Amino acid sequence: MPAVNTKLAALLTAIATLSAVAGSAADVTNAPYEIDGRKSGYLFMTPATRSLQDDEFQNPGMFAVERGRELWNQKDGPDGKSCASCHGDAETSMTGVAARYPVFDSARGGLVNLELRINTERADRMKASTYKYESDELLALTSYISYQSRGKPLNVDIEGPAKPFFEEGRKFYDARRGQLDLACGQCHDALVGSKLRGDVISQGQLNGFPIHRLSWRAMVSRHRIFAWCNTSVRAEPYAAGSPEYLSLELYVAWRGRGLPIEAPAVRR
Amino acid sequence: MTIIRKSIAAWLPVLAASSFIVTAAVGEGLVNFKIENGAVPQPLTGEPGNPARGRQIVRDMNHVTCLICHSMPIPEEPDHGEIGPPLAGVGSRFTASELRLRLIDPKAVNPATIMPSYYRVSNFMRVGESFRDRPIYTAQQIEDVVAYLSLLKDN
Repeated sequence: MPAVNTKLAALLTAIATLSAVAGSAADVTNAPYEIDGRKSGYLFMTPATRSLQDDEFQNPGMFAVERGRELWNQKDGPDGKSCASCHGDAETSMTGVAARYPVFDSARGGLVNLELRINTERADRMKASTYKYESDELLALTSYISYQSRGKPLNVDIEGPAKPFFEEGRKFYDARRGQLDLACGQCHDALVGSKLRGDVISQGQLNGFPIHRLSWRAMVSRHRIFAWCNTSVRAEPYAAGSPEYLSLELYVAWRGRGLPIEAPAVRR
Repeated sequence: MTIIRKSIAAWLPVLAASSFIVTAAVGEGLVNFKIENGAVPQPLTGEPGNPARGRQIVRDMNHVTCLICHSMPIPEEPDHGEIGPPLAGVGSRFTASELRLRLIDPKAVNPATIMPSYYRVSNFMRVGESFRDRPIYTAQQIEDVVAYLSLLKDN
């Protein structure tokens, strides 16, 4: 174990209680960051950024994971239930879940991702208030649940009722948009590894989300980064949680199939 | 004068392949221009392009600008892009009229190009609200950048 920064002593205590943590951390260190040419954003980061992600005592995203663990166990709503009341220990019940999302939800008649699932569970089962998309709480719970899938390969279902949404997502990905008239793939497929000003263009994979983005000093969801990309090509973004971004999320998750969940990844 | 607004994209292959004179206007408030043989011979403004101003425009980090994607003979700027071809010597490879079209609407030359159109406002999908109905560069900025790029001759 590395020497412990005193500021992170609380984190250490928390992590010590998570028996599965050491195992999954080791998995991700050894996990392949490239599968059949599909490359995690990790491979486009500097060695300093990679080691920041790899060291759980330094990784700033671990604060969100730790906060998520607290929220998982925190009772809320009139019946005094927490996530754990029904789902028990997330370290076992949530293993692999983030790697399968988004999924088709028949009650909803559409796709649901981890963030929306957390909120519908809170509303329907706990009768508790929902979290705002991109709130600290929702990012924390999403990070904590995703963390339980660390090292597990992205494996979304695009068949059956999910198929039309998948096709919508592909169309979104392939469409030129905004004043700069750019489609996602024109950079993230055709120009991977090239420099756009000082930045190296990655494949835009989402296996690391929620990420800690260094330039924003913040945790960032998959949909927030979609909105940021759209805004960067001077297109009007969609709302986080919108059907458009859910379909895009399904397509992009499939596009990165097999890449290991790295949440909370650290990106530039 | 033929005005093409809504469907300029449908005409692009025609425009590019044509050796005839075609006239296109690209939206309300924009200066009309003529595409002739893969070039726009007439300047968009009465004021001649200013190359010093053009050089400032292409390195302005707050703008969508050449340096993001192209390397340029501007050694004092770090981090030149490497997506498009290097622009050193571009003034020897293209005339000012050809450079003008390649800035105004490079898709008139190559519909598949990744390069944005700097003086076009129509036929885009879902342009952000604050960018609607205005081109990336003003007519004068186009002229200034054309004047600068024209000076980038091979030694």
